[in-house]
Amino acid sequence: MDKLFTVSPSPHIFSGDSTRKIMYRVAIALLPALLWAVFIFGLDTLRVTSIAVGACLGVEYIIQKYLMKQKPSISDGSALVTGILLAFNVPSGLPWWIIVIGAVTAIGIGKMSFGGLGCNIFNPALVGRVFLLISFPVQMNTWPSIAIDGVDSITSATPLSLIKEGLAKGMPVSEMLESMPPVSDLLLGYSGGSLGEMSALLLIIGGIYLMIRKVITWHIPVSVIATVILVSGVFWFSDPVEYINPVYHILTGGLMLGAIFMATDMVSSPMTPKGQIIYGVGIGIITICIRLFGAYPEGISFAILIMNAVTPILNMYCKPKRFGGR
Amino acid sequence: MSITIVYTIATLSILGGSAAVILYLVAQKFKVYEDPRIDEVEKALPGANCGGCGYAGCRAFAEACVNAPDLMELYCPVGGDEVMGKIADILGLVAVKKDPRVAFIRCNGVCEFRPDTSNYDGVKTCAIELLVYSGETDCQWGCLGYGDCYEACDFNAIELRPQLGVPLIIDDNCVACGACVEACPNNLIELRKKFPKNRKVVVACRNQDKGAVAVKACKVACIGCGKCVKVCPFDAITLENNLAFIDSDKCKLCRKCPPVCPTGAILELNFPPRKVIE
Amino acid sequence: MLKTFKIGGVHPPGSKLSAGRPIENLPLPLSVFIPLAQHIGSPAVPVVARGDVVKTGQLIARSNGFVSANIHSSVSGKVKKIDSMADSSGYPRQGIMIDVEGDEWMEDIDRSETLSREIDVDGQEIIDKIQKAGIVGLGGATFPTHVKLIPPKGMKVEILLINGVECEPYLTSDHRLMLEKADEILTGTRFLMKALKVKKAVVGIEKNKPDAVRLFAEKSKSYEGISIIELKVKYPQGGEKQLIKAVTGREVPSGALPVAVGAIVSNVGTAFAVYEAVRKNKPLIERVVTITGKGLANPSNFKVRIGTPTSAIIEAAGGLPEDTGKIISGGPMMGRAITHPEMPVTKGTSGIILMKKTESRRQEVIECIRCSRCVRACPMGLEPYFLMTASEKNLFDIVEKERIMDCIECGSCSYICPSKRPLLDYIRYGKAKVGQIIRTRKK
Repeated sequence: MDKLFTVSPSPHIFSGDSTRKIMYRVAIALLPALLWAVFIFGLDTLRVTSIAVGACLGVEYIIQKYLMKQKPSISDGSALVTGILLAFNVPSGLPWWIIVIGAVTAIGIGKMSFGGLGCNIFNPALVGRVFLLISFPVQMNTWPSIAIDGVDSITSATPLSLIKEGLAKGMPVSEMLESMPPVSDLLLGYSGGSLGEMSALLLIIGGIYLMIRKVITWHIPVSVIATVILVSGVFWFSDPVEYINPVYHILTGGLMLGAIFMATDMVSSPMTPKGQIIYGVGIGIITICIRLFGAYPEGISFAILIMNAVTPILNMYCKPKRFGGR
Repeated sequence: MSITIVYTIATLSILGGSAAVILYLVAQKFKVYEDPRIDEVEKALPGANCGGCGYAGCRAFAEACVNAPDLMELYCPVGGDEVMGKIADILGLVAVKKDPRVAFIRCNGVCEFRPDTSNYDGVKTCAIELLVYSGETDCQWGCLGYGDCYEACDFNAIELRPQLGVPLIIDDNCVACGACVEACPNNLIELRKKFPKNRKVVVACRNQDKGAVAVKACKVACIGCGKCVKVCPFDAITLENNLAFIDSDKCKLCRKCPPVCPTGAILELNFPPRKVIE
Repeated sequence: MLKTFKIGGVHPPGSKLSAGRPIENLPLPLSVFIPLAQHIGSPAVPVVARGDVVKTGQLIARSNGFVSANIHSSVSGKVKKIDSMADSSGYPRQGIMIDVEGDEWMEDIDRSETLSREIDVDGQEIIDKIQKAGIVGLGGATFPTHVKLIPPKGMKVEILLINGVECEPYLTSDHRLMLEKADEILTGTRFLMKALKVKKAVVGIEKNKPDAVRLFAEKSKSYEGISIIELKVKYPQGGEKQLIKAVTGREVPSGALPVAVGAIVSNVGTAFAVYEAVRKNKPLIERVVTITGKGLANPSNFKVRIGTPTSAIIEAAGGLPEDTGKIISGGPMMGRAITHPEMPVTKGTSGIILMKKTESRRQEVIECIRCSRCVRACPMGLEPYFLMTASEKNLFDIVEKERIMDCIECGSCSYICPSKRPLLDYIRYGKAKVGQIIRTRKK
């Protein structure tokens, strides 16, 4: 026989999807929020994002090539997504060296020390962000003022930290609300905050795109947001003077970004729908607890990292419904 | 300032001291009595934890030795008679004596002799290919070459030879633990008696097909002709299912069989070259 | 809202290239090789010897035991030899090689095309005729049909499902058969119903075959007890357990046979073969085979005699394209790649697919990113990623507990994996090992 045929076990056809495509889809879904950030914060956005992405790719390349002695696989897009998410989680005025430190932590400690793509327990971007938040609290809480013609909302602090400070001074919520941007501004993204968490609306659009492209399922984002509404709603209902209403909770801070893009990180979230819902509920509860009773004004980063640690247990106990199950 | 340093040192010392005391007490409380001979036996063992003895590791084997009434059933193939002698001394028992053994892959179907007839493109392990296909060649008995044995070997005694298609056992490294024997899904690997200078005369084939089919698939296949059986003066060779087998315990390395083999399936290895008879 | 099974499933592109091509008769080959084991169970025992002259439809190998099937000569001619030939796995299998001379049929076979719808035979006679004709499940599993028709003691069959789903991409043989032999299939179904003593039969057809759905909806009105159901397109709906779930809503318990929920599933091809066996006295000597592939000149559907070499079918469809890298016998999801094109067509061959070189190699495997698509795709509700990793690490007691033996090897997990991980390869390995463990435990 002059020609050998290939044999292999079935199946012989494969879906056109690839890990790379999934990662690039996440990057595309983040694009509207990025463009909005450029509009709000100007070219600083591009500076932060490109430094973060570049540093993430570079760190991954160096570690893979010289430390792990394997073929670098930075083109798979996962470091790109980590870089964008890291940039989205920091203030736009952050000095370049802090961003680089964040990237080194995110990729080096958060991802590669566990073995690289697919092996990390925690969301790398959040590891980087939390590291920066603890190490450089001043820089990480210096919010640049946004000044757009015609829009009269110059903010130097995020709504959440305003509330935290206000409550510490014993101010009732209703009084604070007057000095806060209206809900529509929060939705569209005219309030202060990190790069990517500005516009809840654009993040939701990105999330819907991901769901249509079947990159993520509804379970995690919906369960996180629903839990936040429910828990904060209970507090608000019990004492509207002490606690702010649920709408502010879901529209402020990094909640949308966290619920849609960070918590749904495939590697560090549970595998089964049941596990994903428990995971989402856990994130929601912990977020509200930190926001209401913790030292930090924002809690979703910590909440996601804590639930990341719980994920292996959820995978162990939340089994899918077996066919013909007993 | 200096007060702070003193306080710090004092606090840390107290903390460390009390932790040490607690640890010591807990360790005393939960101490488990173990026969001290287990440690001694374990020390005598090679410590490779290869599992060649049939136990989970050297420690488990040592426990088994200490608890066993005699050493008849227990043998460490890696340490051999020397180590078993030491263990017997420690325990005051008698150890069995065994000839040293060495693993051998009974297939010589390298690419040159055994052409590929298909191109396998699944997971590259022998066990998985064998679930679906008999291999890339027409010989369903031979080596698949993906190196399940190589993965199983803890002693660097197997060299993968991808360009040839059949791995090679490095006799000097082989400790006859038997891990590769277990790993080979085609049962190609045999533990044979180890002769001086690693000499061996062996049928390097497991093909049980009829002669014509066998030789069509592989030029150096055993065709079961039985010539070697007739020529062997020591009754070391048996023929079963179209396949000759040389019992290494009976073989005396007389080298009468290799020349009579029509396909060259019988190999003589590590001998000096034969004198050419005019 | 159309019905389908609830858990998992994938949507591979249909690629039904040959759907519009009517069934043609393949010219007789020069010689055939008829394997003795074309069914699940013990191989048949030859009753002819070298040099015997046989007629088309003559019994050449008798079934050996209850779970076995008769084998008939598919051609007339002289028995050249009884020898072995490598099967699709490369292992030699016994078979009978016959040189074709003319086409002389056994006298008692009715070769006319006239439709006859009478159901005037009793149940036992139907089963006897099916057994005699050597009919096996033609969907691919090749389980002897007569065994299925005698349910185990204490089990009651309530419904007969006729599988016209054909969920495998590329294949169109069942589809064409349904379009061209609807009455015969429905009559065959009536025979099966009578043999099983059931009042109700349902033909399940997927939505992507609207012409067959329409035709069967129309025709089934004149057959008592037979209804048809249009199903949503989803792979692996043609799987026995998935089809039962989709049509009746019942789940076959883990480790049990379909009859445990009162259902028996039969393929449309089998129903047609039953009709021919009972009405026309014709044994199972030919079947419809789809020959298809993106590089092939004429993807077609042929009626092929059992034992015909695959190469003869490829020749009739325009010849082997130059860039063929892989030949698959069966569907692309569950079929087997064959090592050489001389492989004969057997009772279970539903199609031959030629894949181009570019499509036939697997892609680079990268790390699992835990996207959980395999978990969502698994129609049995298993966790393929976990079963693969645990099988790879030889943790067989764990995979057994995680119900690895429930896997139907549909390949949905390997298909959907974005990292192109060989999930099913490892799961198959785990299954084989767990199977060994279970067998030794029973002893």
